[in-house]
Amino acid sequence: MADFFFALPRMVQAVIKGLAVILVIFPIAAACSMAERKVSAWIQRRPGPNRAIPPFLTWVPGIRVLQRLGLFQLAADGLKFVFKEEPLPNHVHKVYYTLAPVIAMVPAFTTVTVVPFGAYLGQAGAIVPLALANVDVGILAVFAVASLGIYSIILAGWASNSKYPFLGSIRGSAQLISYELSMTLAVLPVFLWVNEPGSVGSLSLTRVVEFQSRPGFWGGTWFLFTMPLSAFIFAISLFAETNRQPFDMPESEADLVGGFHTEYGAFKWSLFFVAEYANMIVGSAVFVLLFLGGWNLLPWLPLASLLEGLHHLTGSALWINPVVAGVISIAIFILKILAIIFVFMWVRWTVPRFRYDQVMRIGWQKLLPLSIANLIAYTVAIALMQR
Amino acid sequence: MAVIQVQRKPLTFAERTYLPQVLGGMMTTIKYLLRPAETMEYPEERPAIPPGYRGAPTLVKDPHGREKCVSCQLCEFVCPPKAIRITPGHVREGAGVEHVEKAPQAFDIDMLRCIYCGLCEEVCPEEAIFLQNQYSMSGYSRTEMVNHKDKLYEMGGTLPDRHFKWDVKKAAEQSAGGHH
Repeated sequence: MADFFFALPRMVQAVIKGLAVILVIFPIAAACSMAERKVSAWIQRRPGPNRAIPPFLTWVPGIRVLQRLGLFQLAADGLKFVFKEEPLPNHVHKVYYTLAPVIAMVPAFTTVTVVPFGAYLGQAGAIVPLALANVDVGILAVFAVASLGIYSIILAGWASNSKYPFLGSIRGSAQLISYELSMTLAVLPVFLWVNEPGSVGSLSLTRVVEFQSRPGFWGGTWFLFTMPLSAFIFAISLFAETNRQPFDMPESEADLVGGFHTEYGAFKWSLFFVAEYANMIVGSAVFVLLFLGGWNLLPWLPLASLLEGLHHLTGSALWINPVVAGVISIAIFILKILAIIFVFMWVRWTVPRFRYDQVMRIGWQKLLPLSIANLIAYTVAIALMQR
Repeated sequence: MAVIQVQRKPLTFAERTYLPQVLGGMMTTIKYLLRPAETMEYPEERPAIPPGYRGAPTLVKDPHGREKCVSCQLCEFVCPPKAIRITPGHVREGAGVEHVEKAPQAFDIDMLRCIYCGLCEEVCPEEAIFLQNQYSMSGYSRTEMVNHKDKLYEMGGTLPDRHFKWDVKKAAEQSAGGHH
């Protein structure tokens, strides 16, 4: 099967890979919205949505589990958003109003292309990353494209021509710009460390994972353990960048009705939410790649050793089959992403929203100096160690 | 009243980072997440009804199967929202008490009007009307929401009787030598 795939023209390969990624990302993004409702329900000790089921499916044994998990509710909500009337208020700027949700979606899904999401063992046991575009600028591309997402919020707030969306978008844009600085500064030590003297300079995310899967104690350590402060700052900024509680300034449903999407409804509104969850997925993916060892199952247990260990234990060549290895690595990676997304939701239902002035103070007076100090400290340390 | 000056302690460094509090809060929420749901899945699971609950008013029979209501209409008159309408009638022939008592020919309680105040139960001299534990009424039309006599007896069933009025009367009658 693998040989057949690689015999295809490059364009066809790219299209198939792209479709495969979309087919995985879309259901995950959609399932996240249901997971959000279920997690919130469980934390509040409710069962959550668990009743919807198409009557013609009730005979299937075991389908009640899916019903209890709200899977059909998810499908019903999705259909509702598609078939609902599209409200287009009279007072909005129609072109930009319609454009904003589209602009929210585009960067959210574009960043997916540069995120490697798995690996398989190629010739001679070498790790070959799985990514739509394994570019050298990796993290830079993610940051550059992801920061375009703020335009959708600004545009939505402005085009809505109404005070709450306007306030929400102003807050949101201030917040996103503030936290982007600390976020970028927080990941620099990782790349300083990864770009050893004598190697070709690269900002590739694959390189970071390769560094966390090297043999030896320091080689196999995830960057979460060697750079906890960077990970911490990155995580906080991630909450702010994805507009998650306690940093959901653009939305602030308690004081701003619905924030930037107050005037939106039906499918356009749902696009904002799919984009938000896609952003969360990509953000978590980047966090996993940078600090949690990417597709390695455990610290000090790289994927290659894991698969070879399984190969020796069971004596089956199945484990080093590129397809199986790829699927295992993707499964590990997605599992880690889902764990991080669970933390996102867990925090959301724990911490109340910060006030706007607190957000600004945390961003500029606490996180930014901290990330600069962190960068300087690690720069000095890395310079001394790699001398 | 004395004014108590509360000393506001300045926040410690750990408190100003928010982190111990956030982590403590997360511990609390995860504890709640792992507990079983507090809510009840209503139509399948029903709450236990405490004794003395004032649900829908019903008509009851005594343990001998006699209807207790004598259509005195006190409940009809006391009902604040005028939910009860009684048409007095005669006791079924051969019941043995047809020469002294009446029975309702029709007894309608409009559940769209009923306010569950329990005055009918309180005022009833025969202890024939009780607010029992049925709390979920539904129907497709207004007429469907009116409980007629049959329905009221069906809902009410038989309740233990403390008085056995007719037994007492019969005993009194026998001891008095066949006279009322």
